[in-house]
Amino acid sequence: MAFHVRKSTAKIIPHFRNGMSFLGSLEMGFLNSYSTHLRSTSFAAHKIGTRVLGSENIPAHLSARRFESIKVGKQVASVNDDRDNQVLEFPGGKVKFTPKLSFIPDREEERIPCFRVLDDHGQPSIYSNFTQVSKEIAMKMYNDMVTLQTMDTIFYEAQRQGRISFYLTSLGEEAINIASAAALSLDDLIVPQYREAGVLIWRGFTLREFASQCFGNKYDYCKGRQMPVHYGSKRHNYFTVASTIASQIPHAVGAAYSMKMDKRDACAVTYFGDGGTSEGDFHAALNFAAVLEAPVLFICRNNGWAISTPISDQFRSDGVVVKGRAYGVCSIRVDGNDALAVYNAVRAARKMAIQEHRPILIEALTYRAGHHTTSDDSTRYRPAEEMEWWRVAKDPVSRFRKWIESNGWWNNEAEAELRSSLRKQLLEEIQLAERSEKPPVADAFTDVYDVPPSNLQEQEKWLRKTIKTHPQDYPSNFPL
Amino acid sequence: MLPTPLDLYTQTLRGLASQWWWPAVFKPLHFPQISRLIGSNPFQRSNSINAGQSNLSLEKKMWGIVRQKVGAGASSIPALQRIRPAASSSRYYSSAAKEMTVRDALNSALDEEMSADPKVFLMGEEVGEYQGAYKITKGLLEKYGPERVLDTPITEAGFAGIGVGAAYHGLKPVVEFMTFNFSMQAIDHIINSAAKTNYMSAGQISVPIVFRGPNGAAAGVGAQHSQCYAAWYGSCPGLKVLAPYSSEDARGLLKAAIRDPDPVVFLENELLYGESFPVSAEVLDSSFTAPIGKAKIEREGKDVTITAFSKMVGYALKAAELLSKEGISAEVINLRSIRPLDRATINTSVRKTNRLVTVEEGFPQHGVGAEICTSVVEESFGYLDAPVERIAGADIPMPYAANLERMAVPQVEDIVRAAKRACYRAVPLAATG
Repeated sequence: MAFHVRKSTAKIIPHFRNGMSFLGSLEMGFLNSYSTHLRSTSFAAHKIGTRVLGSENIPAHLSARRFESIKVGKQVASVNDDRDNQVLEFPGGKVKFTPKLSFIPDREEERIPCFRVLDDHGQPSIYSNFTQVSKEIAMKMYNDMVTLQTMDTIFYEAQRQGRISFYLTSLGEEAINIASAAALSLDDLIVPQYREAGVLIWRGFTLREFASQCFGNKYDYCKGRQMPVHYGSKRHNYFTVASTIASQIPHAVGAAYSMKMDKRDACAVTYFGDGGTSEGDFHAALNFAAVLEAPVLFICRNNGWAISTPISDQFRSDGVVVKGRAYGVCSIRVDGNDALAVYNAVRAARKMAIQEHRPILIEALTYRAGHHTTSDDSTRYRPAEEMEWWRVAKDPVSRFRKWIESNGWWNNEAEAELRSSLRKQLLEEIQLAERSEKPPVADAFTDVYDVPPSNLQEQEKWLRKTIKTHPQDYPSNFPL
Repeated sequence: MLPTPLDLYTQTLRGLASQWWWPAVFKPLHFPQISRLIGSNPFQRSNSINAGQSNLSLEKKMWGIVRQKVGAGASSIPALQRIRPAASSSRYYSSAAKEMTVRDALNSALDEEMSADPKVFLMGEEVGEYQGAYKITKGLLEKYGPERVLDTPITEAGFAGIGVGAAYHGLKPVVEFMTFNFSMQAIDHIINSAAKTNYMSAGQISVPIVFRGPNGAAAGVGAQHSQCYAAWYGSCPGLKVLAPYSSEDARGLLKAAIRDPDPVVFLENELLYGESFPVSAEVLDSSFTAPIGKAKIEREGKDVTITAFSKMVGYALKAAELLSKEGISAEVINLRSIRPLDRATINTSVRKTNRLVTVEEGFPQHGVGAEICTSVVEESFGYLDAPVERIAGADIPMPYAANLERMAVPQVEDIVRAAKRACYRAVPLAATG
């Protein structure tokens, strides 16, 4: 393993762009030669350290109120209690004066560190204050990560064979998917983007249900109306996927506000990628969530690439995590390929969100190990070696496997059995979904409105009449 | 994106000065800067502008100032066709017990629905402390508290999206846009999210939300405050689009919109807010709603059908009055609902009168009139005795200068001329080419 990785690493180094500089903060401990090399070449400017971000550069009025509830009444402090006139009474709180002309720097000297529990050998850090997961949870997490990985591989192949129109994988992001889902309660509403099918797996959405959606047959809960991977299931508290980037983020805030009004012991959780943070909706949602004090988790899967756009072309900030503070939102950066780190961060964030009525931003650093979608060939814009390195050396599934193996919970035999049974089951489900009837004609017209208006009723009548008149032009396997 | 209140205020003043047909009912001016003019502290909003009782005196004072500033400019223009729908339409409400402004009709509808259903809440810019840029939400913050009347940051895409999310999760938001022109910044949430989600989720997630606010031309506020979006939203399946004219419409349709399980775009008109209409006891009852998807025949006639919505209904009624003096009996249909469109009522009327004039403030291309025309051509072509006449706003962004602005929106005389052409009492346009 180590040999293999070192070998491929040597090939990769020249290909790395500055934009992938977050690699630097991920790479600790394991592969010393690699990270030293990396630092000395591309990222000399970024020192790697564990020092917690200092507060000296935070504006005083912000840091003082950072963890307080933002209520107008509290902000209006007693006027003129500072007789020496060293502070400005300003709406939102006091601001200290300074005789020094200086600008807040564009970024901290050191990048925000990344919370990690398991190293690349699957060994937990002895310094980490993480919460242990039970064997039962850990085994389900692993089972579901492998399920997601296998499903992605087989459905991707099905698309390549032309059996479905479209697919996209979550390869490389299995830990964010499964570990975040594991840290949540089923009462928490998921407002997903589209690379979070693993959350549904965790919640019990079956392989048959996945296949029915991708093949758009009559068993699909969305009646064959959405393109593949745009799952949605009210029963699983999983919102229907929207293709519009980032529009789900304000929706999650709205839903969270609703939960807060109902005094529910739950929060809304939304996912998005690094590219999504450039949309206005991301910024509006963070600002509104802070102002409305909505219990919502913003989980950013910063996977380095928005289709072909690397993060260096997406933003110049230190990633996404720093954007939380600008909106008065607590945030954390976490190693997205470390299932235990994601689990712990999401669990703690959920507790804060619900108990303190506040939004939390989680930036999970990961890598989109597959193509963006089946409409994309990412080897055209990024080196195959880079993808290969992430797939092999940084694979979140095998890192977690090392950990459960070291606990004595897993072995090669169980691994082989799980993978082969999943594969067999998936192939069967694909065949079944393919053979199943398509949605009936009536499904084209229902749900546009709660009750179909007269013009839709007429349209349906005409269509049925036309089918009756020209049965030869209408596919016989479509139910009327 | 948003004009500063001062900009708007200045524009409004200039608009007032130049609108010789300005309705008799005074339009309240509502920006903090106004209070500077009359010498009060601009930061004491709650003591001056927001207090309902003082509104009238403030308006009177302002009116005096405006009149002084306007000077001879306004009076030099003859007030020939002052539009006074309250007076002209009163005859159609035989059971009228009292009068009510459209503003009060909307306010009472919101109040009643919030009182009846704790899931109803309001959000938008200035809807709370400020009581709405047009005072539609007056008194509601005090009554229902800040949890249900939410002042939001200035991000249309933000509060529209948050409203949609809240609707997904069971609340019934009423989202106010300061004008529908600004809803363009949020249109993704209205179209891609609100309109399509019930269908895409196969009925698993309904979106009971109302987007409301002033739509169409106001006066003297230029291109970015004056567009009509009826045709835009009207073209999108999944949305219901309502455009009230009278106080009865406003109350009945807004209450129906809030109770409706589907997303509703509710297009009001700034210039109608201050107008009074007679309302019957039935309309004032808290159980009153107007059916969505049904047009209302405001005036029966036999010679020509005139379809209109929102402010143009008043113009159409005025035109019908003038036409009646020349022996033409016009039937005026108040569409009320742009989508679903009441094609049945329109076609029944056209089959009776055999002539059609459509009126709207919006742009002509792909407009509401175009859709009505198509419906009549498809269903009642054989009944037409004359080409369909379509009156619409000019195909240009709204100019600011009063003379140009007047030419850019339909006027009563345009409707009269079109009706006469349809009745062959004037030379058809086709023959003048």
